[in-house]
Amino acid sequence: MSDDGSFYQRDRSWHPPAFTPQYKTSILRSPQYPLLSLDNTISEMTGPVFGHHKPGPLDNDLIRNYAKTGDPIGQRIIVYGRVLDENARPVPGALVEFWQANAGGRYRHKKETYLAPLDPNFGGCGRAITDEEGRYWFRTIKPGAYPWPNGVNDWRPAHIHFSIFGHAFAQRLITQMYFEGDPMIWQCPIVSTIPDRRAVEQLIAALDRESTLPMDALAYKFDIVLRGRRSTMFENRMEGN
Amino acid sequence: MVQKLDRLKESPSQTAGPYVHIGATPNWVEITGVWNEDLGLVLVEPETKGERIVVKGRVFDGSGTPLKDALIEIWQADAEGLYNSPQEKRGKADPHFTGWGRQPTDGTTGEYKFETIKPGRVPYKDGRLMAPHITFWIVARGINIGLHTRMYFGDEEKANAECPVLARIEHKVRVPTLIASRSEENDVPAYTFDIHLQGEKETVFFDI
Ligand SMILES: [Fe+3]
Repeated sequence: MSDDGSFYQRDRSWHPPAFTPQYKTSILRSPQYPLLSLDNTISEMTGPVFGHHKPGPLDNDLIRNYAKTGDPIGQRIIVYGRVLDENARPVPGALVEFWQANAGGRYRHKKETYLAPLDPNFGGCGRAITDEEGRYWFRTIKPGAYPWPNGVNDWRPAHIHFSIFGHAFAQRLITQMYFEGDPMIWQCPIVSTIPDRRAVEQLIAALDRESTLPMDALAYKFDIVLRGRRSTMFENRMEGN
Repeated sequence: MVQKLDRLKESPSQTAGPYVHIGATPNWVEITGVWNEDLGLVLVEPETKGERIVVKGRVFDGSGTPLKDALIEIWQADAEGLYNSPQEKRGKADPHFTGWGRQPTDGTTGEYKFETIKPGRVPYKDGRLMAPHITFWIVARGINIGLHTRMYFGDEEKANAECPVLARIEHKVRVPTLIASRSEENDVPAYTFDIHLQGEKETVFFDI
């Protein structure tokens, strides 16, 4: 297959720019010089492999992987989807890591000060490796919305953070998943760093009634797209294709 | 209507936020018992081939304040210049070296530190050798899309002078932002690579 070409140039107009003053922390943390364009070298076209042996059996079960005295409080949900590349091909063996607040919107982190209580049974982290068809899934509780110090009254919509390793360091991506139907998505200064509404919609997971576990958990479908590679058809005069 | 190309758009990036450690280094923020060891902390085993080195530094914002909530990932070749990756077609890398590391910046001092080996040289697309380097990826609260850069070695003057990537930097005054200075730390060579997100010393970041 044509898995040797360099990656399509990143569409920077689809991603948030570095400098987004409505998200105040970006003001001092945004590079101001133009990025130096570098056609991929081996250093970016390669990447670490995590394989199927690393995650433990509870790594993708946030309801059980930190539980001490019982299940965490909150609405039980399944999140599932596929990791694909821009050529719409599945990315098998991708490491997908996720972290989130508890049902009250509180993170388990020493620097977190929100007054909503910690849940003794909820840690808030998990991970999965995609299968041959690029699929992953995990079980968790729906995170709560939370206030944050930006404007005097800014709130984050309910969201789950995602970190994805594909096959190459050039594909490295961190993003966030939002929930279908949440009106707070459109009020959030971090969501609005993304200039194109269609790009925001790419981060909104769909409620999927057909995948719910009846009398147990709602399901949300969230597909993730990583950068795709050029075909080496022409460069290699068809060799290896 | 012309035919469709049937391509998808890459998922847009969002900031890693202040609590990226919960997902990336949970044990480091005292979320213990979910998994035993955070990924990427240890690069070097006793069997790993190559010269042991320390790579350390801080990430500064536009006011000169070090970031205390950043996460840094590195990716590098082994001592022979081979990557431990299925995409590596030139040979088989040292099986005792993954080449990938991940460390948070310290919550008090802002310092990050990797114990690794010095990488060998890797060819550019046209076959010329690049100077030894380590690829960096930096995420944090306030960074909307992860930043790619490279660290080069201050004691590799000859290799740096002929590196085709460094040669592409038009503003030569910015080349030193990619070059780490060497010192010794407990008899091990230590390279300090400070990253400046803004200002006069702004690091060269790459669109790769
Ligand atoms: Fe968050």
